[in-house]
Amino acid sequence: MDALLQQFFNFDIMMQASPIILRGFGMTLLLCLVVIPMGLLGGLAVALASLSPIRAVRWITIVFVDLFRAIPPLALLIFISAGLPFADIRISPFTAVCISFLLNNSAYYGEIYRSGIESIGSGQTDASRSTGLSATQTMAYVILPQAVRNVLPDLISNTVEVVKLTSLASVVAFAELLYAADMARSVTYNASPITFAAILYLIVLWPVVRLLSRLENKMQN
Amino acid sequence: MSYGDLEVLRGIDIDVVPSELVFIIGPSGSGKSTLLRCCNRLEEPDSGEIIVDGSSITAKGADLNAIRQRIGMVFQSFNLYPHLSAGGNVMLALRKVLGKPKAEARQIAEAALERVGLADKIDNYPNQLSGGQQQRAAIARALALEPKIMLFDEPTSALDPELVGDVLNVMAELKQAGMTMVVVSHEMRFAKAAADRVIFMDGGVIVEQGAPANLFANPQHQRTRDFVRQVEH
Repeated sequence: MDALLQQFFNFDIMMQASPIILRGFGMTLLLCLVVIPMGLLGGLAVALASLSPIRAVRWITIVFVDLFRAIPPLALLIFISAGLPFADIRISPFTAVCISFLLNNSAYYGEIYRSGIESIGSGQTDASRSTGLSATQTMAYVILPQAVRNVLPDLISNTVEVVKLTSLASVVAFAELLYAADMARSVTYNASPITFAAILYLIVLWPVVRLLSRLENKMQN
Repeated sequence: MSYGDLEVLRGIDIDVVPSELVFIIGPSGSGKSTLLRCCNRLEEPDSGEIIVDGSSITAKGADLNAIRQRIGMVFQSFNLYPHLSAGGNVMLALRKVLGKPKAEARQIAEAALERVGLADKIDNYPNQLSGGQQQRAAIARALALEPKIMLFDEPTSALDPELVGDVLNVMAELKQAGMTMVVVSHEMRFAKAAADRVIFMDGGVIVEQGAPANLFANPQHQRTRDFVRQVEH
């Protein structure tokens, strides 16, 4: 029992590693602040394109969504960060993470928005257009506010997944939380830094998943 | 308004004069709602011409959004925006289409809601209103744009019987005020009391039309006779 505590919950080692881990935590937060808004905006663009009146645009969108939902995000990230230099395109690990997350997240967020938009009855569009609002205004002021509200739990749930997936960036040596913790682990030969990182993820995400449960309950009633 | 050949509607030619209340009746599937929805091009006629207030709304390059402001429409299922208050429902087009400043839009919304007896409900959301109140708020939303003509698509069909009267009263007041109205509805008593003309449609064509007293008491066609007998029990 004592060995277990020493190996996973060694407070001294956690304190020793805390500067590097907290810096990694900061990088994870920074990464989230960039990739989540990008994914939300990209997803909106994908959803609108998937409902375009132009058949070719819809068709391209289907291919895009299928492709990036089917490719494992880790494979996509390695492909972009290790593959692009062979095409003489040099990018930083941070840029590689942003590009792969944009592609992957846009596909997922896009499908969520689309199901939200499709859940709004045509009567809303009839009413809006009959008062002279354009198709774009109808989408912006009538359809989207209701659609987003209807799929809010799904959007939040997907965002939780995105936060967890940022740990993939460690694979391309981007010094986010998991990368920092694993560095500390390999230097100290002790798993406590990983425990520390897990606790930090928990502190951020636990309130969000709690909120999510309450929201889902509220929407069912 | 006049119509040429349509798929669901054939050879329809109607003129509605200002301040006239035209009632359209007929069995379901007869094309009444389609006809109404062609009047503001929520439905696209394949051919023919529709003229509202002197301008052709079917002409190439017609500014649909500008034309639609002058054609109010009321729907069977109200179609209020559930995420906006009654006032917000009325103000949306005032703000975004007519570009009115917020304070002015609010004043207009207050006046429009007062006209339908909902002055005290301006900040209530649709789910806090009864069906009859929702439909009256929807009428206010259309009225606020000062339309030249109002289209009613079965405005009372989704209402509990005891709530129908309030909506019909508002419509009767509009008629009194000189509004031009085209109403698709089965409220025969209201048609007799308020309509200038009743049109009976079946199978996409106008079977017959006339003053309500004549058409109900003395229908010329067998199909009209059958329908009138059915709805009057």
